[in-house]
Amino acid sequence: MPKLTKSERYPVRFTLNGRPVEAWAEPRTLLTDVLRHGLGSTGTHVGCEHGVCGACTVEIDGEPARACLVLAGQVDGQAVRTVEGLEPEAGRLSVLQDAFRRHHGLQCGFCTPGILMTLDCLFRARPDADEAEIRDHLSGHLCRCTGYAPIMRAALDARDRFNQARREETHA
Amino acid sequence: MKPAPFDFVRAATLAEALDALAQAGEDGRVLAGGQSFVPMLNMRLARPSVLVDIMGVADLRGIEVAKGALRIGAGVRQVELTRWADLTARLPLLAAAVPYIGHVQTRSRGTVCGSLAHADPSAELPLALIALEGEIHLRTKKAHRTVAARDFFLGMMATALRPGEMIEAVSFPLRRAGQGFGFREVARRHGDYAVVACAAVAGPQGIRLAVGGVGDVPTLRELPDPASGDLNEALNDFAWSLDAREDLHATPRYRRELVRRLGRDAIEEALRCRS
Repeated sequence: MPKLTKSERYPVRFTLNGRPVEAWAEPRTLLTDVLRHGLGSTGTHVGCEHGVCGACTVEIDGEPARACLVLAGQVDGQAVRTVEGLEPEAGRLSVLQDAFRRHHGLQCGFCTPGILMTLDCLFRARPDADEAEIRDHLSGHLCRCTGYAPIMRAALDARDRFNQARREETHA
Repeated sequence: MKPAPFDFVRAATLAEALDALAQAGEDGRVLAGGQSFVPMLNMRLARPSVLVDIMGVADLRGIEVAKGALRIGAGVRQVELTRWADLTARLPLLAAAVPYIGHVQTRSRGTVCGSLAHADPSAELPLALIALEGEIHLRTKKAHRTVAARDFFLGMMATALRPGEMIEAVSFPLRRAGQGFGFREVARRHGDYAVVACAAVAGPQGIRLAVGGVGDVPTLRELPDPASGDLNEALNDFAWSLDAREDLHATPRYRRELVRRLGRDAIEEALRCRS
């Protein structure tokens, strides 16, 4: 059984937005710090660093999770998606991101990457999520600019557009 | 803040985890989902010198019905419990309480047993376990023992766990014929720790109410049927007996009022859905 020694660095390997990555981390290093400092993926923001604000939310093996409450070593061999993985091609916003832009679902943008990841996970799992369910998922995030109303509008609009696109695909 | 340094053991088997914990003694801690414990590390309220990650132990990932109870291994995440197909039919109290545990983003990683080991007085899972009079299965390298919920929670974030010992599984008794359940909670924000939470069980043997968020541990009491006319008086006695604490979120007086009101609501709901 391997025992990793404190204050030494070990390789951590996982896939980030579909691409295999390797970073060096101490046992105590948080996933947030590996993403931002080790891999330069600064799209994931760090707010409270104790799991309350939701800014650092990423997707781990298909589920939304707080990257600040995960040690880097815990994602070894797993699949992580971050806000950088949302755009369908370089320079083009996803349906969800575009809805946030049109509805002013962000102002300072600090909480936005986490909220996008939560909603992306939700709509992938449950494309028909109703308003109550969306609110329940958003309750894990703090936004101090918008008052949440434009975020809800963006989320509902994005959901409807996803479903419109799906219906068109089915009938085509 | 960042955690203080610690050695890290990723156990692949239960024997490896127990070996590592035995070696570490007082300085070792189990890491499961980390949703209560990593905040403690980040804030340096906990500074273990060895952390033993048990999520790679396949034997701890089981969720199964055994001896009239749902036995949930130490590696089972809360989201996996919510996806257990019979939850609403066979453990209605848990089905009602689970949506109040943290948020989607923490239930995805937090484990059922981890929440019990953390023993926050406001947490929903300890409350439900006390209300259902469940049991916790503990394990060291050399021995194992089963502890009743009421003997496990000793105080605020204090449990019967000894150095070198870990939770192997928890058993939540399944619904029996003639039982009904009610759950009520008030928090500042949905998903926050409860200011007061009440879990009621009504059955052929009478009515039990467990209250969390008020005392240092969730507390269970037998209460009279509302039809007897004595319930309000009994709830009031119960509320005063809990020695409600004052904090940022609520005064003792407000907490007592919530015990009276939520307690009654939870009991009435339990009686309504008694089968």
